[in-house]
Amino acid sequence: MRAGEAHALLGENGAGKSTLVKMLYGLLQPDAGEVYWRGAPAALPDPRAARALGIGMVFQHFSLFEAMSVAENVALALDVPEPLPRVAERLAAVSRAYGLPLEPGREIWRLSVGERQRVEIVRCLMQDPRLIILDEPTSVLTPQEAEGLFGTLDRLRTEGRAVLYISHKLEEVRRLCEAATILRGGRVVAACDPRAESAASLARMMVGAEVGAARRAEGGDDAGPVRLSVHALSLPPDEPHGVGLQDVSLELRAGEVLGIAGVAGNGQDALFAALSGERIAPAADRIILDGAAVGREDISARRRRGAAFVPEERLGHAAAPRFRLSENALLAGHATEGFAPAGFIRRSRLLGVVDRVTAAFDVRKGPRDPEARALSGGNLQKFVVGREILRGPRLLVVCQPTWGVDAGAAQVIRQAILDLARGGAAVLVISQDLDELLEITDRVAVIFHGRLSAALPTGWTTREEIGLLMGGATPAEAA
Amino acid sequence: MRLVLEQRAETGLALRLLSPLLAVALALVSASVMFAALGADPLVALHAYFVLPLSDSWGLQEVAVKATPLVLISVGLAFCYRAGVWNIGAEGQFLVGALGGAWLAVATHGGAQGPWLLPAMLAAGALGGALFALIPALLRTRFGASEILTSLMLVYVAELLLDWLVRGPWRDPAGFNMPQTVTFSPAATLPLLAEGGRVNLGTPLTLLVVAAAALVAARTLKGFEIRLVGEAPRAARFAGFDAKHVTWAVFAFSGALAGLAGIMEVAGTLRQLQPGLSPGYGFTAIIVAFLGRLNPMGCLVAGVFLAVTFIGGENAQIMLRLPLDATRVFQGLLLFYVLACDTLLLYRVRLLRSAAA
Repeated sequence: MRAGEAHALLGENGAGKSTLVKMLYGLLQPDAGEVYWRGAPAALPDPRAARALGIGMVFQHFSLFEAMSVAENVALALDVPEPLPRVAERLAAVSRAYGLPLEPGREIWRLSVGERQRVEIVRCLMQDPRLIILDEPTSVLTPQEAEGLFGTLDRLRTEGRAVLYISHKLEEVRRLCEAATILRGGRVVAACDPRAESAASLARMMVGAEVGAARRAEGGDDAGPVRLSVHALSLPPDEPHGVGLQDVSLELRAGEVLGIAGVAGNGQDALFAALSGERIAPAADRIILDGAAVGREDISARRRRGAAFVPEERLGHAAAPRFRLSENALLAGHATEGFAPAGFIRRSRLLGVVDRVTAAFDVRKGPRDPEARALSGGNLQKFVVGREILRGPRLLVVCQPTWGVDAGAAQVIRQAILDLARGGAAVLVISQDLDELLEITDRVAVIFHGRLSAALPTGWTTREEIGLLMGGATPAEAA
Repeated sequence: MRLVLEQRAETGLALRLLSPLLAVALALVSASVMFAALGADPLVALHAYFVLPLSDSWGLQEVAVKATPLVLISVGLAFCYRAGVWNIGAEGQFLVGALGGAWLAVATHGGAQGPWLLPAMLAAGALGGALFALIPALLRTRFGASEILTSLMLVYVAELLLDWLVRGPWRDPAGFNMPQTVTFSPAATLPLLAEGGRVNLGTPLTLLVVAAAALVAARTLKGFEIRLVGEAPRAARFAGFDAKHVTWAVFAFSGALAGLAGIMEVAGTLRQLQPGLSPGYGFTAIIVAFLGRLNPMGCLVAGVFLAVTFIGGENAQIMLRLPLDATRVFQGLLLFYVLACDTLLLYRVRLLRSAAA
């Protein structure tokens, strides 16, 4: 990489992108090989050494103390301690200079996700880095916020700072970067100028095969009867600084895919918990499933009514990491599938489910029945989605169905969701991935600060309109 | 150069079995050093500890008598710890179980006793232990109080309650003012398996409980629910399991088994209440549960092993004049190594040659 260069690091999940940048930032030690910094071999035993050389990193997951102010968070991360007023002063100067407006005295929990990312970036810039590594910086931003970030990055480059940019969003990379290195299975498989490539050709290099888009159902627009309806549902946040639900209403018909767009942390978790029954609604008639008021029923009772759920977190929520796949099949199906007649587990039935999901969703694993944590993210996601879909549910509520999943697996999952809806099921997809929602949904609503907008027909709306709603605009402003 | 711990993708069966054996081996090595430091020949001491108790009928019977409460308590604790519920107060539940059953024996002494008495005593013992264990369960689920502290502190309550009863209301009037109850009548005593032996009906009963518990743990939805709540609480909620119900259930179950162990010890072995009727069974059972890999069958093996150290410790006291504390230190060492070796199950140790160093 050269000074002033914007360089993209591309690859599927598990290709080794994070491992590589963690070594550049001193978090991991290479087994072999050397890193050269300004012509000389560099020792990077820890992040402090990397920062001292002029290498800074902005992580995908923020590490900020919610209850402390912006300036305090920045001061804590400085390698050379400085008095707080001086930090606040420098912070204000840096944030002005780069068009990243921040109030030093504000507590983190009051900030939006986009603002929190600004804190991370400013914190990184205060060390005056010559190389800035950004790990999927736009995954949590609205399209408008992402535009602002691109402006900042352009400015950094004109100052001669190099930017190493990790992203799954190929259009973004084509716009922003002048060079790209593509990793597959821990090896560099290609290097190219992304501006001279198409998104499709980049995807081909990453996956090593052609990637198609999921096919929409033919004539899937004639909606069936209402399967799920939610009326004026409100829930308090279940933790301090959390986001609850306010007056949420929606209607979902058989054969339809409804998308819920929104930036992370706007009440998606509470919405999923309320729909699944992990949290009980204040009154039974707030949630109607197939004509029955189910708001006070628990998740097992709702499953018996033909509902199925896929939460966002694969490990620890959808699946228990140290349990075998067969036990994870039992986890979601014990109330409905007759896995344990009279309380005794029938292991053969569970293994049958594992085999069927494996075959139908191409789950790649070593042994027949490994522990869940032994599977890669994409394969485990195929398993937890497949586990629900093979039950033939009448309603599927799925959160972030392809989050952190490689392009091939994502396509399998999206197609399965569409096929399920074509078969007459109602599907609710909660996702932060706008492209995914535009690809597979019939209608889209946006959740912001726990409030849900009216649903718009996907064909009649635009990225920009949804993006404005995700940033908190009212529908009239967005239209 | 530095050592790092890398997470293992999968834990093999061989490793699961090897880990407690490694822990025992390390504990034996450490104990040998300790015996040598105390001025005893380590080989003679180890012989007294681990070979003599198993080399004659008397020793074997004593091992069975000591192992019975250890195994019974540890099976209940294994369910607790699997569920992530830290019941440290089995000693107290053991004592209250003993009190509950003994109350029937004392109250009916010299009066109307019949074949109903013994089953009623066992039931009262189990019930007493269970109710006493539900106190920390209530404090945990209702107020969020740490069950580690509450269950542990209730041990002292139980000990003082026992002390007061045997010195006060329940003292044997003909006992020369000794702090103890009357000696139970034969109707209130667990029958011996063999005339003139030491092993009573409690031992086969315990084996039955172990078999049933092993079945529940491995094959039933309830066992799965308990493991899932302990291992992945959020996934358990997603599965529709209620962590509070599980907390109540495992506390009641382990309390009942500890209480049953208490009344069987009193009605079978001691035949009267006295202060200090437990040599710390409820605490040693914690070691047994972990050494047995929180698995009922494992608890059986581990319970026998720990019982051997009790009997062996008595041998060592008599023959080598080693203090009783040496036995306790050995048991502590054993738990320490068991927990340390568990790290090896989850992680692989690797030596890294850092390029920078």
